[in-house]
Amino acid sequence: MRGQTRFIASMLAFGYAFLYVPLVLVVVYSFNDSRIATVWGGFSTRWYGELLRNEQILDAAFLSLRIAVASATIATVLGTMSGLALARFRRFRGRTLFSGMITSPMVMPEVITGLSLLLLFVTLQQLVGWPSQRGFTTITIAHTTFSMAYVAVIVQSRLMSMDESLEEAAMDLGGHPLRIVFDITLPLIAPAMIAGWLLAFTLSLDDLVIASFVSGPGSNTLPMYIFSKVKLGVSPDINALATLIIVAVSIGVLIAWIATRRVRS
Amino acid sequence: MWKKVVTATPYLWLLLFFLAPFAIVLKISLADPEFGLPPYSQTASLENFAFLFSDKLYAVTYLRSVFMAVCATVLCLALGFPMAYGIARSNRETRNLLLLLVILPFWISFLLRVYAWMGLMNNYGTINTLLMWLGVTDQPIQLMYTDFAVFVGLVYSYLPFMILPLYATLERMDLDLVEAALDLGASRSRAFWDVTWPLARPGVIAGCLLVFIPAIGEYVIPYLLGGPESLLIGRVLFDEFFVNRDWPLASAVAIVLLLLLVVPIVLLQRYQARDQESTV
Amino acid sequence: MMDFIRIRSLSKCFGDFVAVDNVDLDIEKGELFSILGGSGCGKTTLLRMLAGFEVPTSGTIEIDGVDVTGQPPYKRHVNMMFQSYAVFPHMTVEKNIAYGLHKEKTPKAEVSKRVDEMLELVQLHDFRSRKPDQLSGGQRQRVALARALIKRPKVLLLDEPLAALDKKLRERTQFELMNIQDELGITFVVVTHDQEEAMTLSTRIAVMDHGRFQQVGTPKEIYEFPSNRFVAEFIGTINTFKGRVAAVADNGIEVHSAEAGETLTAVGEQIVEKGQEIEIAVRPEKIFVSKERPDGDENTCIEGVVDDLGYLGNRSLYRIRLASGKIVQVSSQNRRRSVTRFLDWDEKVWISWRPRSALVLLD
Repeated sequence: MRGQTRFIASMLAFGYAFLYVPLVLVVVYSFNDSRIATVWGGFSTRWYGELLRNEQILDAAFLSLRIAVASATIATVLGTMSGLALARFRRFRGRTLFSGMITSPMVMPEVITGLSLLLLFVTLQQLVGWPSQRGFTTITIAHTTFSMAYVAVIVQSRLMSMDESLEEAAMDLGGHPLRIVFDITLPLIAPAMIAGWLLAFTLSLDDLVIASFVSGPGSNTLPMYIFSKVKLGVSPDINALATLIIVAVSIGVLIAWIATRRVRS
Repeated sequence: MWKKVVTATPYLWLLLFFLAPFAIVLKISLADPEFGLPPYSQTASLENFAFLFSDKLYAVTYLRSVFMAVCATVLCLALGFPMAYGIARSNRETRNLLLLLVILPFWISFLLRVYAWMGLMNNYGTINTLLMWLGVTDQPIQLMYTDFAVFVGLVYSYLPFMILPLYATLERMDLDLVEAALDLGASRSRAFWDVTWPLARPGVIAGCLLVFIPAIGEYVIPYLLGGPESLLIGRVLFDEFFVNRDWPLASAVAIVLLLLLVVPIVLLQRYQARDQESTV
Repeated sequence: MMDFIRIRSLSKCFGDFVAVDNVDLDIEKGELFSILGGSGCGKTTLLRMLAGFEVPTSGTIEIDGVDVTGQPPYKRHVNMMFQSYAVFPHMTVEKNIAYGLHKEKTPKAEVSKRVDEMLELVQLHDFRSRKPDQLSGGQRQRVALARALIKRPKVLLLDEPLAALDKKLRERTQFELMNIQDELGITFVVVTHDQEEAMTLSTRIAVMDHGRFQQVGTPKEIYEFPSNRFVAEFIGTINTFKGRVAAVADNGIEVHSAEAGETLTAVGEQIVEKGQEIEIAVRPEKIFVSKERPDGDENTCIEGVVDDLGYLGNRSLYRIRLASGKIVQVSSQNRRRSVTRFLDWDEKVWISWRPRSALVLLD
């Protein structure tokens, strides 16, 4: 340990407490029997039961999961292509524009992306009749568009730190450029692609604003449902839902961490 | 050649689903609102922009949004910098764990995290209950629906975006440099300003931009945590669109917001490009 | 022996920067040829053009009678051993070595046989199922070598093959490479910045600087008969004396040198005229140092004082200061076994050398 000053250590402690205390409290209150979150009414799991009987939530959750899987997968494919193009193909026409378009969705305020995509879909509907209904497809397209940016950055960064002579060696030994992408490049960036997929999945599952813009009647995503309830105030079944998600994510991250540590040793 | 396919596919996708929409927003911002589907005319005029610039409400809202984004950025920096520094200085084992703990909340639904703060801050929430129990006050303090709550929410959500690029830069920095400065007689604060800060600047800039740009257009946090006086431009855009059904005006709001952000976005691109080159 | 590799008027420019400047080169079959130069001299670019990773801006490359100038790397019968070895981290040693054969669509039995042969050749038989991260640097290099050789290429290119190895391993690998090359008869082209490496390994060396060849010849030719100042100073150490030609005769030329404080005699093939300003160069090991003036007139003798000395075990290095202030470096074998020093600081000495040891350098 290099010697932390007391200031740094206390800032670290405060920071982590700041990040985690609210989450811990939500978990605690999800087991609170009383309706009013801050008054402890005894330990109970009834909110979990109510949660599982709530058809709307289950439908919304299912829709969100489908969208998340679809958009994450397409985003990974497109993002990997982008990362490859940016990292390996030295000069091509419109490279600056491409690189700009890749990184912008990551920072663009969601209201702007949401609005612009909705207007696009409406215009397309007028011009070519598609999309006639807004819902699963439009939300998936929207999520893919901003997620692929993250995948591209992750893949590009991994490619640039990879020894380029590996691909050259494969070419030297007789591998045609397309073949070596499958033989050499993809296996070596697989971890980055997986990380990208997971990130895209999470971002999609989590998105509220953009989905609100581009969805249609009858397609309620989970965040949209949660938002409509939460607008009215704290709600115990949301506490239960939050806890489930926190636990799921924590387990997932823990598994990932252990897996990467095992690979390293 | 296959290379063209690999480049063209995402390129075309982005042109269609990212760039083209902005052109459409621009076109509609020049139109007039109408009844029917779609709720805008095919005419073009600068009326909407004139309206935006004439009505004080909008100017004030833009400014307030910029102000809040700047404050949030500064607060994130104030808390994030020491944290990033602390993580960068710790040994390998702890470092990975600490980083993991910073990233973990990011994977948990953003909406739910903001929601968590609602429970903490409302009048019968944890904080007030605690304060009253400790005897600090006998009336609940109004925390929810204030600007303060919005700041808490913004910092809470965007802190990881500040910490990660800062950490990346600080980790690359040779921490021996600070010790060399101390060895040569500099005081701790001198060593910080003369050595650490200049070297950390790229990370600071990246972190600030990564917080500032999306924070300006934030919708959810001010909605859930803020009061009527915390009206931000994201909300204005949303309401113009969904409540007033005035698509052209909403588009104009978006265009002006985009123009505000052009400079920071270009700065961020340039930083990222330079960052990529230097690590090669 | 016919020319196996013919390089004609080869150039490579990156924008304004000329990396390889119009070079010509002939390499014979079965040679172990080295391209020697400092960083940035263009040697790696030249190697990459031979491999096919860089397309020449102008000029041609012919290998075994075939013009390969435009051919991509996967079509050439040329293989390369990379500086970083570039062993595929996600494949075992066996799979790495076999990779090239899969591209040729060789039948499985044949692949197996040849992989075994290669493993024997590089002595990695026990490691066949290991992954690269379980191997040492030297072992990874042998994997890279086997991987390239299994395809029986016409030419093997090696990029700084010994750079990453420690001294003992380097010596061993040097001889291993030479033996393998001898056994298989493949033409090797090595790129290196290390003179010792080049001198030990090669049949011929090309010294390269700023994109051009300064000299091409055997190690002996390069060392004993450098064609210009750059080569003379690049390889080993050398002493130079500025002077003016006083007389030209059949058995040599006479040069007045103020630096030496004497008239020096030198032998050289270059054509010089009386009055021309040239430099005379002598290698440190060609100079004798003694406490008394040596007998005889043919050798050049100059008086000096021991300025500094260093004992290296098998030899001693002396820096002798002449009357003019010039420092001459002398290297002599320690033939006598004794505890006391042969020469001491500030001792008055005589340095001498045979006329044939002095070279003429025209710059």
